[in-house]
Amino acid sequence: MSESSFMSSPDARGHFGEFGGRFVPEALMPACLELESAFRDAWADAAFQHEYRTVLKEFGGRPTPVTPLPRLSERLGLELYAKREDLAHTGSHKINNVVGQTLLTKRMGKTRVIAETGAGQHGVATATAAARFGLECTVYMGEVDTKRQVLNVFRMELLGATVVPVTSGSRTLKDAVNEAMREWVSCVNDTHYCLGSVMGPHPFPWMVRELQSIIGIEASAQLHDMGVGTPDLVVACVGGGSNAAGVFAGFANTSARLVGVEAAGGSAVGMGSPGVLHGMKSLLIQDEFGQIEEAHSISAGLDYPGIGPEHAFLATSGRAEYQAIGDDEVLGALKVLSELEGIIPALETAHAVAWIMKEAGGAIPKGSKVLLNLSGRGDKDVAQVREILRAEG
Amino acid sequence: MKHLEQQLRALRSSGRKALVPYFVAGLTPDWIQHVEAAVLAGADAVEIGVPFSDPMIDGVVIQEGVLRSLEAGTTLDSVCKDLSSLSTHVPLVAMTYYNIFFHYGLERAAGKIAASGLSGAIVPDLTIEESSDWRVACDAHDLANVFIVAPSSTPDRVALLAPASEGFCYASARMAVTGRAADEGDAKRVVGEVRAISDVPVYVGIGIGTPEQAREASMVSDGVIVGTALVQLILDGGDVHAIEDFIGSFRRAIDIAPVSA
Repeated sequence: MSESSFMSSPDARGHFGEFGGRFVPEALMPACLELESAFRDAWADAAFQHEYRTVLKEFGGRPTPVTPLPRLSERLGLELYAKREDLAHTGSHKINNVVGQTLLTKRMGKTRVIAETGAGQHGVATATAAARFGLECTVYMGEVDTKRQVLNVFRMELLGATVVPVTSGSRTLKDAVNEAMREWVSCVNDTHYCLGSVMGPHPFPWMVRELQSIIGIEASAQLHDMGVGTPDLVVACVGGGSNAAGVFAGFANTSARLVGVEAAGGSAVGMGSPGVLHGMKSLLIQDEFGQIEEAHSISAGLDYPGIGPEHAFLATSGRAEYQAIGDDEVLGALKVLSELEGIIPALETAHAVAWIMKEAGGAIPKGSKVLLNLSGRGDKDVAQVREILRAEG
Repeated sequence: MKHLEQQLRALRSSGRKALVPYFVAGLTPDWIQHVEAAVLAGADAVEIGVPFSDPMIDGVVIQEGVLRSLEAGTTLDSVCKDLSSLSTHVPLVAMTYYNIFFHYGLERAAGKIAASGLSGAIVPDLTIEESSDWRVACDAHDLANVFIVAPSSTPDRVALLAPASEGFCYASARMAVTGRAADEGDAKRVVGEVRAISDVPVYVGIGIGTPEQAREASMVSDGVIVGTALVQLILDGGDVHAIEDFIGSFRRAIDIAPVSA
């Protein structure tokens, strides 16, 4: 595959190289095919594109700015810029995806959305878009996560959504996905499954990347307008990988190095092997028998044992590289960005910051122009961070 | 034609409706005796469920069974080893999720389960579009690959699935995960759609929890699959006698059903 074709469309059955595809119960196949057809049609329709962009502008707060990070740049000897998805409505890039999918839900004539959520960011975003467009909304959330993220449960309920705690399996994000899939089987006629990342069966990995590509497209134009041009590196955190896919999409066919930063305890590229889960073939953390293992991370949003199939392809083809950052490196990065730049990042985003700090002058040559995708704000995490810092004394 | 399908076609020709119980392999240490009890009580074939950590199309009861089996250390190899002590004349069909076979190696997995006495496989998350490598492996070992047809399957998909399904075709009675259901579902319509295209035997599953439901489903099909209700019985501590009684009650119910056209 030539460089110019990276992050174009997958093949007709949703494959990115050997990854992707559709591995779902037959009961869901017609819905996947219907969704693919509806999205193809909508995405090629100028009126749909206009509505999507207008809603993101008037409701979602786009375009988000690119902010130079002068003090951190000086400390690290780099030229750093942040794409400010933390300033989008609901505090992260998740709004880009849910606005697109809820508009699509209405276009398909469905009246209800269901979603999975880990930390609660995608659940809050889905509940927000569902409220805005008058759709019924049910969010599946692992019971463990409902306890870790009590305030996000309350936010979703304030927005009119029903939150269902999932008590199966490890009671975290992967089980929430299983439960949402199970629920979707029984209500597929009137309900759209608003999947939150670039994962799942085709067309989700491709569709969610397309809906998030606005991040990279905006950032590329903004850097040019600022006179920066093409950055040397584009860095983003990766759980399932939607914010990374979105920002990479704007730079996949440039000379920029693309770096995804996973949580060390959920590093599907670093620790995983090819497998099939949640409707896709990708890299997964699994045991020697093919049983899926639990991911572990300080950030609930990176607590996922897999990675989107397009990332698996970008990793194995060498177009993007994936690095891992441990829990112990994350809080320091969060504090530095807060103190030096006046931005409290989400714990997920802090992984990307930590990798940049760690590799400045090493894997990142001094003087490099680096674009950080600042995927979310840290407000949701401050109680947890406070507890950890207190415990550390 | 695969050996499993020859057997199941012969069963149909004999006028007998197939009763196919599903077991979570390794759920209890004596699970092999459970299978033998079911065969003694009138099962015509047995689905051997190989546990997977993320059973996407299973309801809470089978999820619980799978979790317990995994906690007991069940693997594909341990299931095959256990099966070597099983003496039975009825066909055995593996039921598991694709990652178990994919991770093991498709060719190696097909060879392993065939050598352990299984003659078919149901892989509910393997779509026909992604199935070609697995079907090549099945062909090499005379394993029948069973496809599921759902109430939502469109006519063009039924036309793909029914002729490709070997051994039997699994007609899902309802749009739901495995588990009990109150209504009779869409069994009659789904079976009819398959029969319009293929003469492969058609068995009904998903939501068959009582002898009465089994009887009704068997009247419109060639056989029934009973999973959740049986797994529940075993989770509740049911022993071989309870399993014999349970399977016997289903046997009697479907044997008194009038032979359908």
